[in-house]
Amino acid sequence: MNRNLLLFAFVALLFIATGMLQSWNSALGILNMALISAIMALGVNMQWGYAGLFNVGVMGFVALGGLAVVLTAAQPVPGAFAAGGWAILGALALAAATLAAAVAIWRRMRAGWTRTLTLLAVLIGGFFAFRALFDPAVAAIEAINPALTGNIGGLGLPVLLAWPAGGLLAAIAAWAIGKTALGLRSDYLAIATLGIAEIIIAVMKNEDWLARGVKNMISLPRPVPYEVDLQRSAAFVSWAQGWGFDPVTASAIVVKLCYAALFVAVLAIIITLSELALRSPWGRMMRAIRDNEVAAAAMGKNVTRRHLQIFVLGAAVIGIAGAMMTTLDSQLTPGTYNPLRFTFLVWVMVIVGGSGSNWGAVLGGFLIWWLWVMVEPIGLAVMGAVTAGMADGSWLKVHLQDSAAHMRLLTMGLILLIVLRFSPRGLIPGR
Amino acid sequence: MDILNALVAFLNFVFVPGLAYGAQLALGALGVTLIYGILRFSNFAHGDTMAFGTMVTILGTWGLQAAGVSAGPLPTALLALPLGIAVTAALVLGTDRAVYRFYRRQKAAPTILVIVSLGVMFVMNGIVRFIIGVEEIGFTDGERFLITAGDFRNMTGLSEGLAIRTTQAITVVTAVIVVAALFWFLNRTRTGKSMRAFSDNEDLALLSGINPERVVAVTWILAAALATTAGVLYGLDKSFKAFTYFQLLLPIFASAIVGGLGSPIGAIAGGFVIAFSEVTVTYAWKKVATYLLPDALAPDGLVQLMSTDYKFAVSFAILIIVLLFMPTGLFKGKSV
Repeated sequence: MNRNLLLFAFVALLFIATGMLQSWNSALGILNMALISAIMALGVNMQWGYAGLFNVGVMGFVALGGLAVVLTAAQPVPGAFAAGGWAILGALALAAATLAAAVAIWRRMRAGWTRTLTLLAVLIGGFFAFRALFDPAVAAIEAINPALTGNIGGLGLPVLLAWPAGGLLAAIAAWAIGKTALGLRSDYLAIATLGIAEIIIAVMKNEDWLARGVKNMISLPRPVPYEVDLQRSAAFVSWAQGWGFDPVTASAIVVKLCYAALFVAVLAIIITLSELALRSPWGRMMRAIRDNEVAAAAMGKNVTRRHLQIFVLGAAVIGIAGAMMTTLDSQLTPGTYNPLRFTFLVWVMVIVGGSGSNWGAVLGGFLIWWLWVMVEPIGLAVMGAVTAGMADGSWLKVHLQDSAAHMRLLTMGLILLIVLRFSPRGLIPGR
Repeated sequence: MDILNALVAFLNFVFVPGLAYGAQLALGALGVTLIYGILRFSNFAHGDTMAFGTMVTILGTWGLQAAGVSAGPLPTALLALPLGIAVTAALVLGTDRAVYRFYRRQKAAPTILVIVSLGVMFVMNGIVRFIIGVEEIGFTDGERFLITAGDFRNMTGLSEGLAIRTTQAITVVTAVIVVAALFWFLNRTRTGKSMRAFSDNEDLALLSGINPERVVAVTWILAAALATTAGVLYGLDKSFKAFTYFQLLLPIFASAIVGGLGSPIGAIAGGFVIAFSEVTVTYAWKKVATYLLPDALAPDGLVQLMSTDYKFAVSFAILIIVLLFMPTGLFKGKSV
């Protein structure tokens, strides 16, 4: 335990040093994203560390969390739902019914040409009926003030409600994915989740009626006051000046601290629940299944159901983190979701922190996020030192300085490989 | 009713692009499937190996172009391809030495090896970005078309043109040569036979005196050659961009799994299945339909089943369907 405290103290020192040497504003900015990353890592750790499920579709669940923020908290678009909302819901219900009918046909009818033909007829008929209902509704919604809205709009609820909503949306998606893909072998599950994440991003980029696609949703509501409002408030300015702070810097820091407090609260709730779960009989059962599926099945444990359960729970946690991230940015930009940043980086956090250990996932989230942000300035400084002796304007010098920005991926890969080789159980090993 | 023009439109917009894309996917999937068969893990770094090999080839091409060497009507990149293969083979052999061998000796679980390959993927991706950057690079030169649409129209008198780009022809020809050579190697040579024996039954192969390190080394060299060739052909046909190559991982894995992981013939079949489904589902069939149907029935819309942005969804849907109904793929693959 002492060693773990030392590790956390070391990471805290990194953030404090950033605050002292750079600025407290940027240190808090890194801290906020680190808190969100820690929650994402907790979600992945549930799936991988508790149950050994290899999910490389983290990005998809993060994005769904972001989508939930738009759908719950954004201002409603007048007339959009009346124009095509019901038709779209009907079309989606029709698509679900078609798939359910196809599954029923496959299960109930006897194998043979009749079944194949009926199945094809239902699927093709369902597809065209779906398009016939869906396309005009989408066109009607996207026609409403396309420069500013053109989407179905949100419910206008408080943005904090969007966080559990994000978890719920991700959980529903994870349930559907788990139902189809969890029976597959580990590598196949990896490819399947990788593909689903790409599809979720493709849908969010192209379905403009949903959240304006690549036109982005901006100025989503925030749970904390705006910096401008704080600077205008006389009470705040006098309070800041009373402490000897510049009101502009103080307002930015106060806003970031408010976010940090909210995120710490969520992280505390999730880690408490995860630790309780891990120590409960349920947690022991999950570890038993992870370590030997056949033995656990022989003891009467329903391995498939437990896998589905933990997959949905982990995805929900990732979805909550995704919603928090979109709230922090107060914008949803589907074009910026990149698997290297949102899937594989979270995996580096989990492996470096220690698979199966909740505190390890949190530590990994803080440490790796700090490194991810700081590698770029450090790389620039190193390149500056390396190229100091070279003639100004020589192509090598320009090239080296330009490519310092790409040091991140290289460093993350090296850290992952080194940890896997020399400390495969991570910084805080799980049980 | 104009069957001939409809056929030409179909060939021009669906068949020829699909054939070239399928050949590229098949070469990529062959590399994945070989690694899976011998080393028994899914190599997530394969897309970035392709990117690395293509990058070395591009640098070689620039060198040759600067020296004034060219291959006449063919792209100069073909001359630089052996260099790309050699450097990539050296890189993956080095990676195996430094990274994978340790886990092989430990007999680590396949999932651990997959996570290790994620680390290798990061490093390779970083190296490629570091050396050549993230911009889109076109590096094809020489003759652009084998037949242009205009020439074809003049030749046949049809109103629809058929254009075949040089890169498409080269892709298909190279793929045929590479695949023939690979199958000859696997089926006729001693090393190839020992590789197949190793893939079928590792213990029996070891017992018969096959040197595992040699088999593994040959596999990595073959995978590097296949990855570089696939990457260069894709880059010639479209263009080179580090992130696109990383994203190619999905259709390539889909091809290998649909065909049956560990089965070379399956990888080729899978590549074409995926490529043709992507192209047919995302192609707007208006033109073909207008030729085939009587005027009264001519379609108003694009007759496109899905927009091109969803091509990942197509390869993925096929992957899921095949996995649900034939868990080991079209051609019986392995399951570890």
